[in-house]
Order: sequence, then structure tokens, then C-alpha cells
Amino acid sequence: MTRLSGTGMTLAYDKRVIAEDLSVEIPDGSFTVIIGPNACGKSTLLRALSRLLKPATGTVLLDGRDVHSQPTRTVAKTLGLLPQSSTAPDGITVAELVARGRYPHQSILRRWSAEDERVVEESMESTGVADLADRNVDELSGGQRQRVWLAMALAQQTPLLLLDEPTTYLDIAHQIEVLDLCAELHERQGRTLVAVLHDLNHAARYATHLIAMRSGKVARSGLPGEVLTAELVEEVFGLPCRVIDDPETGTPLVVPAARRRTGDLSTNARI
Amino acid sequence: MTLTEVRRNPVGIRPRAVVVGVTAVVATLVVSVFSLGTGDFPIAPADVVATLFGAGNPAHEFIINELRLPRLIVAILVGAALAAGGAVFQSLVRNPLGSPDMLGVTNGASTAALVVVILGGSDLQLSIAAIAGGMTATLLIQLIAGRALHGFRFILVGVGMAAILTGISGYLLTRGQQMENARALLWLTGSLDGRSWTQAVPLLVVLGAVLPLLVLACGPGLRILEMGDDAASALGVPVSLLRNGALLAAALLVSFGAAAAGPVAFVALIAPHLAKRLTRAPGPNLLPSIAVGALLLSGADFIAQHALDDRVLPVGVITGLVGGAYLVWLLTTERRAGRI
Repeated sequence: MTRLSGTGMTLAYDKRVIAEDLSVEIPDGSFTVIIGPNACGKSTLLRALSRLLKPATGTVLLDGRDVHSQPTRTVAKTLGLLPQSSTAPDGITVAELVARGRYPHQSILRRWSAEDERVVEESMESTGVADLADRNVDELSGGQRQRVWLAMALAQQTPLLLLDEPTTYLDIAHQIEVLDLCAELHERQGRTLVAVLHDLNHAARYATHLIAMRSGKVARSGLPGEVLTAELVEEVFGLPCRVIDDPETGTPLVVPAARRRTGDLSTNARI
Repeated sequence: MTLTEVRRNPVGIRPRAVVVGVTAVVATLVVSVFSLGTGDFPIAPADVVATLFGAGNPAHEFIINELRLPRLIVAILVGAALAAGGAVFQSLVRNPLGSPDMLGVTNGASTAALVVVILGGSDLQLSIAAIAGGMTATLLIQLIAGRALHGFRFILVGVGMAAILTGISGYLLTRGQQMENARALLWLTGSLDGRSWTQAVPLLVVLGAVLPLLVLACGPGLRILEMGDDAASALGVPVSLLRNGALLAAALLVSFGAAAAGPVAFVALIAPHLAKRLTRAPGPNLLPSIAVGALLLSGADFIAQHALDDRVLPVGVITGLVGGAYLVWLLTTERRAGRI
């Protein structure tokens, strides 16, 4: 039983088909990470799951009902999304931006409550941006800003949260910081997270469920230790590599093969 | 971080924005009292207020209620309508220069109105044509720009539409006779001369219906929409419904404003801009913009009526001068501050 799944989806922008007959299931309570080469359709899949893109055929089911047949506000109470590119409006403060996560819980009649306030404060606390509450978002560093956006998504209080490349543009320390934070949210608050990540080692370390995609298809899915093998990386990315145990966590660690001395790149060298 | 600190800024309604809005409203009232009291037959401010509350003498009542009040009401309403429309447009296209005067909406109203003038139609026909013209231009721009309505595409199509319509207007002016052209030019400049309750009442009705709807139903969503379509959609904003609804409402406001007073220059561009600058708040700042727009146009019309001793200027001359000067000043200061 999964709350979020897609079956037989054809995903296309106008006439350009990205994926055909694509089916995925997001296990409840998992930290699912989607990996795959550029243009394999992983972000498109995330857009479809978050009802930003309507599949040409097939359906996305959220709690057993077609996500597109539900009112957008109802969906927004269950399913959150942190898009790859969002713009912070000029002059907005951290607290104001995080407060916008409460939008789906408000209406013309019910505008702002003590509950909203509590949730906003908690979200800022758990992402470590509470001290920045009154600062302008444009003054913050990339890492801080990403945590603020995460806080906003948390304030939405959705049991499911989708993250489209949450670590892009961040340096390695901030990448780890954001992923640690995601892992913590997953473990402590029991939210189901789905993230698109580029870094295979990060994916292997943080995911509880891994989906590897290639040209619009799911190449393999399951536990990171089972999915992330040298064969799969070569099949999906065309990258010869070795997979060893991460000395820190014991999860798979992908080490790309060194270029051969002779410099012949066309042979798939195995070390 | 304490609870009180969050409470200071609940969902973005800032004390500063409230101060700006209230100040603009009070200033508009003050301008109104002076505007109603000034003219060939001066009336003291106290008498103006007394008359407005129904305690004036018959002469004052006639001069204020029948002659001066309708004009003032039209000025305030048109200012509010243009400012609200401008704020929505600027917010939708995510560009501070994306006002309806730049994007062909006002030009649509102008061109249609010119046709009526050239054909020698009545004032009522002119107003109806202006409304139809403004709405048609908006729908055409949206149709050509595509359903996605991305800010940039909409701006390009709008600017193109404005250019085409300006060309057509120029052609129409060359076809008109002298008398018609004088009337056309006066209308194109934007003027409040001779506005009576006939213009004020329809405007009151439309604004009374559209403005609250815009502020209450679209305001919160528009603020969220500024974060991008994806983010807004993820937060449960029905993006295309909101966009189309807000666009329609804004075009309606601008078209009705133009129908009542002509395409008064710069109010739709400057009022939201000024409001945003004063409030320093994110979002379309609908209410402060509306208040600032009302103040701008009623103030400009007061100056237009009394700046020259021998004649009344069209209000568009004043808003053009003031708006243009503001824009130049803004660009220079921003440049000096290194922001552009």
C-alpha cells in the first residue's frame, strides 16, 4: 500500500515525449531518491507526481485518487514540493517566506492562527533558521536560503514532500547539511521524502529506497545496496566504475574508473 | 527567536504597509476637501465638510454635490482602478515596468475610442468602445502569448500590440477632421472635465464589485504566485485560474478607468511602484497601491484645475509630467545606487 504512485504514465511537454509507460511506487515512510543521467526524465517524473505536469496517459494516484481530479488545495495539504527554482520576492523576510507555507491551510475566512504561528516557528527551529527570522532572504547565503525554502515546505505540514535537486548550487558542506536535515526530518517526523539527486554517493548514503532511471524508464529500484552496483552505473550512466563500501556508513560508494594511461576512452575499461 | 517576533510579521501584512495605506487615504480626503472648496466660487473647508454631511446651505449643496463631487469621485475611482490594474499586471508579469499602458491594454481602449470619435459617436458609445477595446486587446495578447502566460512572452507580445495599436491610432488621427481630432486628443491625454454622476455611478458599481473580489480572492494567491508557478502550484494555488481571473479583473478595471477619464498617463505604472517603494513589502501591495493611485489622480486633477489661472489643464498633462519626472528620478537614483 502506497499513498503516492504513478501507473502507465506517458510524460510529455507538448509533443516531446520524455517517458512512456512509466510506473513508480513511492513506499510510505521512505526517503526515496531518484537518480539517473541528465534528461532521463527524473525531474519530469517528480513534476508528474506533484501534479505540475499532467500525464498524457496513465494516472498519478494520491491516497487512491487521481491527483488531477482533486482540488489543488487539498493536494497541497498532503503533498509538498520544493521546486528547483523558486524566487524569493524582493524584500521578504525569512519568517514571512516560511509563513507562506501555511497558504493551503488558510482561506478567506481563516487567515492566520496561533496554530499557523506555532508551525512556522517549529519549521524554522528544525531547519536552524530561527535566528534569521527577521532577516531579508536576499541577504542570505545559498545554504541558508535553501534551508529557508525547506522550512517553508515543512510549514506546509505535508506527510509527503518532494524535493527537486535540493542540493544544486550548494558547496559540499552545505549539500551534506541539507541532506542531513532531510534525513533527520524523515527519521524524526516520519515524513515520506522523495528527492531527485545527482550525486550517486549522496543518494546511496541517504536513501532508504532508490529509483534509477534511464531514458524515461525505471532501470531498477529497491534498497540502495541492491540497486547501486557497478553494472547498474555502467548500464544507466555509461560510466565504468568500482563500487566499494562507504567507510563511514557501509553504503555503496561509487568510484569512477581512472582514465587508462593509453588514453583510449572508447573501451569500457574495468579495473 | 520568540513567538512575538513571528507575530510582528504575520503573513506579510506589515505595519509599514498599513501606515502607507492609511496616510494615502487621509491625504486623499484632505485633497478632496480642498478640491471641493476651490474654484470660481470658493467654499471654506469647514463648510465643505458640513455640506458633505448634509448640513450645508442649498447653494453649497448644488456646487459641491452636483458640480464638483462627481468629478472628484471619478478622479479617485479612476486612480484606484488604474493603480489596482497596474499592480496586478506588474505582479503577473513579474516586471515593475509591465503596466497596462506599456502592454497595449490602454492602447486597445484608446484605439477603439478613436474609432468612435472619428465616426462621430456619443460619449456613451465612446466609453463602451473603450471598455471593449481594452478587453479585446488583453484577450488578444493572452491568446497570442499562449496559455502559459509566462511573464516575458506576455511582455513582448504586449509591447508589440501597443506598437501596432499606436500605429492604428496615428492613422485614425490623420483621417479625422479638425473638430474630431481636438476631441480625440483631449480624450487621449486624459481629462476629467465635465464628469458627472453619469460617469461616476457605473464606475462606482464596477469598482465596488471588482475591487473587493480582487483584493480578497486574488490578493493572497498573487503574493504566492510571485515565488514562481511551480512553488505556487505546490502550495495549492490554482495557478491558471488565478492568473486568468486576475488578468481579466485587472483589464476590466483599467478599461473602465480609461473609459471614464481617458488613458491617463503613468498612474497604472507609478502608483503600484510608489506604493511598493514606500511599504518596502513583497507582493502586489494591492490596498496601498489603490490608496496611492486615488491620491495621485485626485491630487493631479486638483493641480490641473488650478495650476493655470485662465484655463483648466487635462489631468493627463499633470500625471504625465509628474509620472515621467518620477521615473527619471527613480532611474537616476537606482543607477547611482548601482541597482541597474
